Amino acid sequence: MRRFLLRLAFTVALPAVLLAVWWAASDSSTDVYWPPLRTILKTFPDVWTAERLRTDALPSVLRLAGGYATAAVAGVALGTVIGSYRRVRAVCEPVLEFLRAVPPPVLIPVIMLFAGIGDTMKVVVIASGCVWPVLLNTVEGVRAVDSVMAETARSYGITGAARLRHVVLRSASPQIFAGLRQALSIGIILMVISEMFAASSGLGFTVVQFQRGFAIPDMWTGILVLGLLGFLLSVVFQLVERRALGWYHGLRDSTRRSR
Amino acid sequence: MKGVNSALGAAGLAAFLALGEAVPRLGLVKEAYFPPTSRIAEALGNELADAAFWTALGDTLTGWAVGLAVAACAGIVVGVVVSVVPYLREATASTIEFLRPIPSVALIPLAVLLYGNELRSVLLLVVYASFWQVLIQTMYGVQDVDPVADETARSYGLGPWARIRYVLWPTALPYVMTGLRLAAAVALILTITAELVIGSPGLGARIAIAQSSQAVPDMYALIVVTGVLGLLINVGARSVERRALAWHQSVRGEVMV
Amino acid sequence: MLDVRGLKKVYEGSGRRVEAVRDLTFTVDAGELVCLVGPSGCGKTTLLKCMGGLLAPTAGQVLLEGREVTGPPPGTAFVFQEYGRSLFPWMRVGQNVELPLKQMDFSKAERREAVADALRSVGLTDAAEAYPWQLSGGMQQRVAIARALAYQPRVLLMDEPFAAVDAQTRADLEDLVRRLWRERGITILFVTHDIDEAVYLGERVIVLSASPTVVREQLKVDLPDERDQLHTRVAPRFAELRTRVYEQIQAAKRGAPVVAESAGKDLSPPH
Repeated sequence: MRRFLLRLAFTVALPAVLLAVWWAASDSSTDVYWPPLRTILKTFPDVWTAERLRTDALPSVLRLAGGYATAAVAGVALGTVIGSYRRVRAVCEPVLEFLRAVPPPVLIPVIMLFAGIGDTMKVVVIASGCVWPVLLNTVEGVRAVDSVMAETARSYGITGAARLRHVVLRSASPQIFAGLRQALSIGIILMVISEMFAASSGLGFTVVQFQRGFAIPDMWTGILVLGLLGFLLSVVFQLVERRALGWYHGLRDSTRRSR
Repeated sequence: MKGVNSALGAAGLAAFLALGEAVPRLGLVKEAYFPPTSRIAEALGNELADAAFWTALGDTLTGWAVGLAVAACAGIVVGVVVSVVPYLREATASTIEFLRPIPSVALIPLAVLLYGNELRSVLLLVVYASFWQVLIQTMYGVQDVDPVADETARSYGLGPWARIRYVLWPTALPYVMTGLRLAAAVALILTITAELVIGSPGLGARIAIAQSSQAVPDMYALIVVTGVLGLLINVGARSVERRALAWHQSVRGEVMV
Repeated sequence: MLDVRGLKKVYEGSGRRVEAVRDLTFTVDAGELVCLVGPSGCGKTTLLKCMGGLLAPTAGQVLLEGREVTGPPPGTAFVFQEYGRSLFPWMRVGQNVELPLKQMDFSKAERREAVADALRSVGLTDAAEAYPWQLSGGMQQRVAIARALAYQPRVLLMDEPFAAVDAQTRADLEDLVRRLWRERGITILFVTHDIDEAVYLGERVIVLSASPTVVREQLKVDLPDERDQLHTRVAPRFAELRTRVYEQIQAAKRGAPVVAESAGKDLSPPH
C-alpha cells in the first residue's frame, strides 16, 4: 500500500507543481499571448462542446486512422517482400533511402495537386509519411531473423506461409512495432499540418482559425486538445504494444537480470 | 558481394528514374501533376543557378543546425541530471510521458503569434521536437550503466565527476549518438515544415511559393533537394556515429522509442 | 539407416577457401546411438548439418534409408546447442513443442496428446504454459528435446546439445537421452567435444581428425547397456576407452597422420 502511494505521489507531484506554477504565474497576466490558465480552462468546455468534437475532432482522428492503417498494411506487406529477398533489397535500397529522407510535409503541395483539398488528400498525405518507418523497420526485422531459429524452422519442414506467419513476422514484430511507433508520431504531425494547410474542418484547421481570429484562449485550448490527443494515442499504442509484445519484454527483462 | 549489391542498387535507381520519365510521357498519369524526370532535372538546374535558392538553403540549414544544437545540449544535460540525481527520474517520468507525445506542430499557431515568420518560430518547433529524441535516448543510456562498473570505479576512489567521465559517459555515448541521429532527422522535418506552413525563409517557403505559382517542376525539384539534404544528414549522422564509436563494440540496435 | 559416403564440404567466400570436411565415410545402423567427437573446429557441426539436409555438401553423399538427402528430410529432427535461439520466445513451451506437428496430419486432440506425452518424457509436465525464457538452460534444452520427440523422428541429430549447460544438469540430460533412446529405439547421432560424454552415451564413438576432417577411428563402446553416472564412469573399461579416445584427439590436434588400418574400420568383434 505504501509503495502504491509513493508511486502515486511521484506521478502526480511534478505535474501538480508545474500546473500550480503556470496558474500562479499567469493569473495576473495581461499579455495577450499568455492568458491566465484560469481563463483557458474556463474557455475549454465552451469551445470543445460535443458538437465541435464531432465535427472537428472526429474527422481528424478518422483521417489519421485511415492513413495510418493504410501505411501499416502497405509497409508491412512490402517490407516483408523486400526483406525476404536479398536481391530485391539490394535493388530497392538506394531508392528507398532517398524516398524516406524526403521530409513528409513537403509532399503536401504535390499531393494537393491531384488529390484536391478533401479527405482523400489528408489520408494520402498521412499514409505517404507513415509508410516509411513501417516499411524500413519491417525490412530490417525480416532480414534479421536469427539464423538458428531459421534453421530450426527449416529442419522441421516449416516453410512458406507457415514460416512467414509463425517465425518471420513474429520474430520481426519488435522491430515492426518500433516502426509503427515512429509512424504514429509522423502521422499526427501530418494530420495537423495537412489541416492547417488546406482544410475546412479538423483540429489543425480549428486551431489555425482561432489563431487567425485572435481568439487566443480558444487557441490555447486547441493546443491542449492536440496535446491530449497525442498523449492518448501514445497510451493506447503502449497498451496494444504491451499485449502484442509481452513475450519480448519478458525476454529482455530475463536477459537483463541474468547479466 | 558488395560490388554486386551496389550494381543492383544503381540499377534500381536507374529504373526508378526511367519510370519517372516514361510514365508521364506515356500518359499514364497527367503530366501537369507528375512532370517527367527530365523536366524536373531541368527545373533543378534552374534552381541551382538561382542565387535565391542558395539563400533559402542557407536559411534552412541555419534553422536546422541551431535548433539541433540547442536541443542536443538541453537534452543531454537534462537527461544526465534527471538520471543521476536520485528520485528525479521517478518524479519527472509522468511529466515526460505526457509532454513527449505532444506534436510540436501544435505550437505552430503560438509560434506565429509570438515570432511571426522569423527564425525564432522555426527554432521553437525544432527545439521542442528534437529535444525529446535526445532526452529519451540519453536517459536510456545513463540507465544502462553497469552498476558493477560504477562500484568498481567508486572502490578505486573516483569521485562523481570522474565517474561521470570514465564510466557514465562512455556507456551512454552510443545511445546519445542514436538520439542525435534521430534528432537530426526530426529537426530537418520540423524546419521544413515550419517554413512551409509559417512562411519563414528557407526551402519550405520556396516550395510554398512554387506551389502557389503553379510551378510544378520547380516544386518537384525542391522536393528532390530536400530529399538529398535529408539523405546527406542521415549518412553524415551515421558516419559521425561510427567515428565517435569506433572504439565501442556497439551492436546496439535502435532502442525502441 | 544413415550412410555417409565421401562427404566433402568446402566453404568459399570473400576470396578464401576453407576445406572444412575432406572425406567422411561411415554408416549408422537403425536404432544405434553413435557419438562423434573431435578437436575444436573440426567440422562436426558442418557434418551434422549436411546429414540433416541443412547444408549441401560440395561432394559426396548422405543417404537416409537408401535415399539421398537433399533437404531436411521428414523424420529427422535436429537439436541445436543454442537452445535459447532455437526455441521461439513468443510461444509458450507447449506451443513450441506443438509447432512442427501442425503441418502433419494430426487432429487437435492427437497433437495435444503428443505434446503432453513428449513433455512427460522429459520431465516437464508442468511447464507447458511457461515461456522458454522463464526456464533454466537445462529445462530449455529439455523442451527442445521434447519438441524433437513429439515430431516422432526416426533419426535424431544432436549438435553439442549440452555444451552450454552446467555440469550437473548435463549429467541428468545425458541420462535422459539414453533413457529415451532405449525406450523409443530412435537412431541418434550425438556430436560432442566432451570425451567422457561421448564414451558414456554412445554404443560407438567416431573420432574425427582436425580440419580438413576425415574419420580417424571408430571405437565400439562395449560397456553394459545399463549405465549410470556413478558406476559406469569409474569402471576400468570406461577409463580405457576414454584414454584411447583422448589419445586420438590429442594426436588429431597435433596433426599426426591417421593410422590407415584402424580408420574407418570398426574396432569391434564382428556382429
